[in-house]
Formats: sequence, C-alpha cells, structure tokens
Amino acid sequence: MTRRFATSGAPHVIAGYSVPRVMYAVLFALLPLVVVQVVLYGPGVLLQLAVAGPVALACEALALALRGRDSRPFLRDGSVLVTAALLAVAIPPLLPWWITGLGTAVAVLLGKHAYGGLGYNPFNPAMVGYAVLLVSFPVAMTRWPLPLDAGGSPWDAYTGATALDALRTGLGQRYTMEEIFRGDAFGSLGGAGAQWTGLAALAGGLYLLARRVVRWHIPAGVLAGIAVPAVVMHALDPGAHASAIFHLFSGATFLCAFFIATDPVSAATSHRGRLIYGAGIGTVTWTIRTWGGYPDGVAFAVLLMNLAAPLIDRYTVPRIHGRE
Amino acid sequence: MARPRRFPAGLELPPFKSGPMGRPILAAAAPSLATLALDQGNGIAAQPVVVVGDRVRVGSLVARSEGDFGVDVHATVAGTVRSLEVRPVPGAAATSPCLVIENDWTDDREDASTPLDWQATTPADLLARIRSAGIAGLGGAAFATHAKLEAARDAKVSHLVLNGAECEPWICCDDALMRERAADVVLGARVMQRVVDAERVTIAIEDDKPEAITAVEAALAATDHHGLALAVVPAVFPAGAERQLLASVTGIEVPGDAWPPAVGLLCQNVGTAAAVARVVTSGEPLTRRIVTVTGSAIAAPANVEARLGTPIADLIEACGGYRGEPLRLIAGGSMTGRALPSDDAPVTQALNCVVVATAADLAVHGSEMPCIRCGDCASVCPAGLLPQSLLRAVASADAQGLVRLGLADCIECGCCDYVCPSRIPLTARFVAARRERRLRLDQERRAARARERYAGHERRLAAGAEAERREFEEARRRARGDGQS
Amino acid sequence: MSEWTLLDALALAAGLAAALGAALGWAALRLRPDADPLVERIDALLPQTQCGQCRYPGCRPYAEAIARGEADIDRCPPGGEATLRALAGLLGREPRPLDPDYGVTKPRQVAVIDEERCIGCALCLPACPVDAIVGAPRFMHTVIERECTGCELCLPPCPVDCIALVAPAQTPPVRDRRAA
Repeated sequence: MTRRFATSGAPHVIAGYSVPRVMYAVLFALLPLVVVQVVLYGPGVLLQLAVAGPVALACEALALALRGRDSRPFLRDGSVLVTAALLAVAIPPLLPWWITGLGTAVAVLLGKHAYGGLGYNPFNPAMVGYAVLLVSFPVAMTRWPLPLDAGGSPWDAYTGATALDALRTGLGQRYTMEEIFRGDAFGSLGGAGAQWTGLAALAGGLYLLARRVVRWHIPAGVLAGIAVPAVVMHALDPGAHASAIFHLFSGATFLCAFFIATDPVSAATSHRGRLIYGAGIGTVTWTIRTWGGYPDGVAFAVLLMNLAAPLIDRYTVPRIHGRE
Repeated sequence: MARPRRFPAGLELPPFKSGPMGRPILAAAAPSLATLALDQGNGIAAQPVVVVGDRVRVGSLVARSEGDFGVDVHATVAGTVRSLEVRPVPGAAATSPCLVIENDWTDDREDASTPLDWQATTPADLLARIRSAGIAGLGGAAFATHAKLEAARDAKVSHLVLNGAECEPWICCDDALMRERAADVVLGARVMQRVVDAERVTIAIEDDKPEAITAVEAALAATDHHGLALAVVPAVFPAGAERQLLASVTGIEVPGDAWPPAVGLLCQNVGTAAAVARVVTSGEPLTRRIVTVTGSAIAAPANVEARLGTPIADLIEACGGYRGEPLRLIAGGSMTGRALPSDDAPVTQALNCVVVATAADLAVHGSEMPCIRCGDCASVCPAGLLPQSLLRAVASADAQGLVRLGLADCIECGCCDYVCPSRIPLTARFVAARRERRLRLDQERRAARARERYAGHERRLAAGAEAERREFEEARRRARGDGQS
Repeated sequence: MSEWTLLDALALAAGLAAALGAALGWAALRLRPDADPLVERIDALLPQTQCGQCRYPGCRPYAEAIARGEADIDRCPPGGEATLRALAGLLGREPRPLDPDYGVTKPRQVAVIDEERCIGCALCLPACPVDAIVGAPRFMHTVIERECTGCELCLPPCPVDCIALVAPAQTPPVRDRRAA
C-alpha cells in the first residue's frame, strides 16, 4: 500500500538559533555595566531603564499597528528592548524622565520604524535617539554626577565634569597634562567613573564574543581606530594629546565597541568591511574628542559610519570561490 | 597520504550514520514492477526502443540516449513492458517518463558483452563500453558518466579525484561500499585513469570513516598504487561538494563559469568508479546501486543494494518497515535532500539515500523574521558568498547585484539556512532565483541567436535576392493584414 | 578669528554651492559613462521573434519606432508582460497590460512540418525571418527546432496546412550542467 507524505524544502534541519536569543544575550551582557553604574552613580540608571523599556515597547506596538503588521513576534524578539537599554545606559542617570521618554520614542519611531522596522534601519536607532537628545538638550545631556571613586556620593547627586570634559576645558585653558590629570574626574586608567563602566562593558563584550553573538571584527576595528591615532599623536605631542589607554578607558569606548557599533543591521556586511567600519568609528570618535565640539564623539561617529556603510560594502565584497 | 587544507567555512554536523553502518550491505529482492526512469535529471529523456507488450530480459536495452548527455536505460528485471508513463522520481527533475516492466520472475539475463581486459583495451573502447552500460554519476547528480569522462579526456585532465567524502548527514552508502568493496573502487579508479589519461588519481575520504580509509589503503597496496593516492579530508559539511573538494584536495579552485576539466581536474564519485569497474569486467550494464535506508522511523536501517526501478516502499520493507510516526520521506540527506510525496517513487541512479524522518530528526524553519544582517550565514558559506546581501538582491530583483554577488556560484548546500537566527528559508529563495536566472539566460541566448539570423536574412535579401524579398514581404502582409505603420 | 557677519556666512555658503554645483555639472557632462544608444537598449529587451505582430517588419524596426516615439510599448505579445515591464522601466513609463489588438501572449512554441502531408512546394521557406526552415522545391522541408522562434509566419503560405505549432521537445535546462 502506497504511503503518502507531506513535503517541505531543504534543508530539513536547522540549528534553531533565533533573534530573541541574540537580543536577550546582549541584554544579559549589559548587566555588569548597569550594576557598576548603580554603584558609581546611584540608582538613576534603573529609573532610566524603567522609562525607556516600556516607552520603547509602546512605540513599537504603535508603529506596527500603524503599518498594519502583527506586533506579537516583534514585541517578543527583544530588539527594541536592546535599543532602549543602550540608550538608557548611555545617557546621564539624572536626565529628566520625559527627555528619556522622548529620546526613546525618537529612537524607535524615527530611527527604526520610519525605515521599515527590524532589519531595515540604516542608522543605529539608539544613537539616533541619543544624537537628537544631545543636540536638543546639550546642558542636561552633559550633566553627569560625580562618580563614587571621584569623591561623589551617589545618593546626593553632586554633578561634575567628566574626564573628557575636563580634558577639553583644561587644554583650552592652557593647563598642562599633569595638572589636568590631577583633577577629581580622573582615575588611574582613564576617566574616574568611566574606567569602571568601561571594564564592565568590556566584560560584557567578551561574554558576547565567547557566545559568538558578536564577531571580533567590529570591536577590534573600533578599539584600533581609537588607539592608533591616540598612540601616534600622544607620541608626537604628549602635551596636547592624551594617551591611548586614557581614550580606551574614558567615555563610552568599550560600550561603543561591543554594543553600539556591533548593531548588525546598520553595520557593514563582510568581515573586511566591518574592520574598516569599526576603524572608521574609532577614528572619527577620536577626532571629535580631540578637535570637535563635543566631549565624546561616539554617537556621531557611529551615525557617520552608518552613512558610509553601503559604500564600504560595495568595495569589500569578499572573494567568491573560483573567482579572482 | 596527503592532508589537504580545509576550506574555512561549512558546518560540523552530527552524522547519524551508525545505524546502517552497523550491518553489512543488504541485498534487496527484485521488485514485482520495475519503474525505470528515462530522464536521469538532465532534462533529456532517453527514447524507448521497446513498446508495451514487448518481452525483455535483465540487461536488455530498453531506451537509447539522445545526444551527448543522455544515458542509455536497461531493463533490471525480466518480464513484459507494461506501460510508458510519466511518474514522479527522485533526483533533479521532479518527474520523468518511465518504462514500467512487470517481473515474470524468470530472471532471464541478456547475453552479456564480453568482459574486457581493461589494460589491453583502448580508452575509446572503454568509453564506448561505459556509454553502452548506461552509467550516470551515483553520487546524487546522475550526470552521464561517459560524457564527463569524454570531456575530461578531450581537455587532457591531469588529476582525477574520487569523491569518497560523503559529508552529508545520514548518507553512508559510499562508506559501506568502500569498506566492503574497496577493490572495485580502486579498479574503477584505474580504469577511469586510463580512459582520461590522468597522471594522478587521488581518492578523498573524510576523516570520520577510519574503516573505509583502512580498506582503501589495503586495496591500494594490493594493486601497487600506480599513481593512485589517498587523501583524508576533515569531516565538515559540505566537504564533498565537487568544487570545494577539488579545491581542498588539489588547491585549485574551479572558476565559477567553468567545468573542472577546464582546469585539468575531474571528480567522480566512488560509487560511479565501482560501477565502472563492474561493467568493464563483467560485461553487464548497470542495473543496481547501493541506497542508504535510514531515519528514526525505520525499524532496521541499512545500506541496501537494490535494482534500479525498485519502489522505495520495497526498500523500506527490506529494512523492517516503518516504525513510529514518519513525517517526511527524504530522497538524499537532511541538508540537500528532496522530500518525496509518496513511497512508490522508484530507485534511480540519482538516489543515494532515503531518510524516513520523524519529528525528532527534523527541525523546521517556523515563522520567518526579517534579516538582521548578523552575517552568520556568510561565515558558513562554502562558496564565499554573502547570503544576506544576496537575499536583498533577490527580493529587489536586482539583476546586476545578483551577478556581482555570485548567485551563479551558490551550491545550494543549505548551510546558510542552518545558522540563520531569523529562520529565513534562504536556500529555497536562491534555488528559485537560480532557476529563474537559467530560464532567463536561455531566453537571452535564443533571442541573440534569432537576432543574428534575422540580420543575416535581411542582409541576404538586401544583397539582391529581389524575388525572395517580394515573397517574404507578401508572406508577412498576408499573415498580419495591412497594418504596417 | 574676526567676527563673522550674516553676509559673510551667506556669501560663503553661496560660493560653496556655486563651486560644487559647477563641479558636479562638469562631471555629469564630461565623465558620463558610455551608454548604448536607446534603440540598442530597447532592441535588447525585445524577444527577437521577428513575427511582425507589432505591425513592424521585425523587432529592430519596432525598437526604432519606440525610440522615435511613434509606437507604444504595449504591442509585443511574444515578449509578454516581462518585456512590457522591462520597457516601461527603461523608458520611465507606467507599466500596463498588453494591447489585445496586437495579439495574445502564448507559451513558447515551435513549428513542426508534418512530413506525410508536405508537398515540397517551398513556399514556406522565404517566409521564415530567421531561415529556420531547410528544404528545396520538391525536397522534404523541415524546421530546425533550435532556430525556430514560433512567429507563425510560415503558416499562411502553406497550401496544405501541414505546419503545426507545438511545445518544444527540448526543455530548458533543469540545472547547471557543471554544478556539483
């Protein structure tokens, strides 16, 4: 007796990876950073997360409804939570809640859904939100509390300049490097609080590398892109340029290298392209820090390189088997 | 023994080969109805030389091949030709015209041709014998073996590689063949070497088949080698894909738009080699092949030697029948096999494995999310492509992008699907796009040819064939009415 | 740095715009990539059936008429919807359906001469625009299937109606011969 079967296409087995797994791994890897931020700057970051998360989900649901799509798979996939979390840890913990909410809404609606939603955004959504806030609320966005290891008290929220801020102002006022680095805002490696958050971000990043959620090309590119100009210029003119170690451990360097620049949708495609893309982000960040108008250049560097990514892709198609 | 380099891609997959490899090769009984496919998957069907009602014997020629790339078909049972009908078959073509022969159980055999002393026979005669024996590639592609060998000979290939890699999960018929009949494989290699006049012959086997390696080594030692060597390749899917295997064994990459003979290489499956050895020494045409019958829904999985035309259902019976809840009947392996709609499809030269899969053996795609451009697909692509970019180019019908990104070089292996976190059926999209591209190229070729011929036609008429010109225009006017603007 | 007035800023912006605009204009004129003339590009999209259903004596004349603006793009039944859309894309027009006055799209067909009925009159030979029929007066005629475009021009001249249009026996390739 003939037995009949249903049919389906090859391959008939898949590994079973999923988008939520990738996204939740990233959220998990951000935990050390959140913990360190709470210790150094107080519980502000938790409030930011509490605002950004629900606002992000609500905006996603709204956008999908307006587009006539079923929102359930997308709300579950965790991608918008990653956007919210990255924004929440990048902004100052004392930022008023309504500014945070605004930034999240801009990130999700303008940075992601205006271009077609998951997988279609040419720009990093969290950085779109951050850049809009930075330009619209420049004072509030640069008001960081003095971290615990610089003498600040997390629950009293005294604010002070960050290390990158102090470096820029100090150089402008013609202090020497030694004098600047004696300031409160500076720790042993880099910025006072930033060196610890940097290490926490590095720890999370190494976890993501080990789990193969991110590949090494972009982080390596970013770190090299910051370190190489810093090393060269510091050797040429130590009085006007900080060392590579300082640059690596201040600002949002490691957060950028492992969490922000690695957003796969807006990055370049091939391995070689990603190295170039990462290096571009690092170099532009260093350039903005040194000669630009903002203390940390990460957000604008990422957005500029997002613009360049299609061009990078065009010229870095890998060699196909059998072709020259 | 050479240790070739591995191509930096592909997947390490669990093999699922221990079931059938725990038993010797089974001989299946002859079927009561043999359904012989006349099209081995090339789109060229052999022309029947018998009609309904004719009596045939085992080994009689029942269909003659057309053109250079067709394969002769021989009866695999003795009996009466019952019908010529189009039936679903495994292999690249979904259906084929088939001759159905009813077995009269006499097992009369056609007089065999004289066995050849292959070392004393000219390569041309060996080629003729291979052609008349109706051998197609037994590795799953079913390409006419005599055509491949002839092209290789004309191109003066210097290196023949025998593909004993068998990289795909579940399939182990070649492993069994090499363990039990290594002498046939080596003999076939030497015959083919003589036909194409290759200096070097390398038999490539994956490193997860130690018994096969030992058996082939012993067979090589017994024949004094004669320029034959063994190469062990790492067990990675798809190490056995023709171009990837050639690159890893010889270091030479076959260019995308060329045949291996164009760079002095030839690749043949070990099963094909064994078949060549058999037909040359015995004088009989090809009537049997080894098929792995496996899967969690088979009671006693085994490698079965069956006559071509045997229904798959008979093979399953020979292996203890169904067990549990079979969900899919896959012709081939789990990565590139084709799910068949029913078990009455016949064994053809293209069928190397049948996987009767339960839900536990399968992992289906589920719901598809948009591509997040994570790049995992590109990391595993053995052809060095960017599947995420190809997907975008396919979706936007960007013909130039598809050329630049190498759609033509996709080997449809399924590795990209396997790792995609968004569960996109990439391989299915690329298979469809490649098919469209082939049809389009075919059309463009024909249009270019028609354009040339029309231009030639016009030139001839302009050069003064006045009477013909008048007749041509008159004919056109009659066909189209008076409507020339 | 001295104070910049509004006028200074405007002048700078205007100057930059003028300079960059001039540079782009020069590049557009002097660095333009070589493109085939329009007629060639239109002809490349047509199916080359040479059937005359468009009321022009061949595909090339039709391409020339389209390039001149004389003929519309919806007149090619053998090209079908694919050709229409390609032409619309090339010329920047709205795609629309084939004009049924010019015929209907049929699947690929080839002419076959029934040799039992052919009388060897050779009237069909000059009718074929691509010389796909071989034969001579009082000799058997046959159509070379590979060259036949299915244009149907050989049907009317035949006095005994022995030519039929059928699906070609050679199916398009199901897979690349050279692939693994």
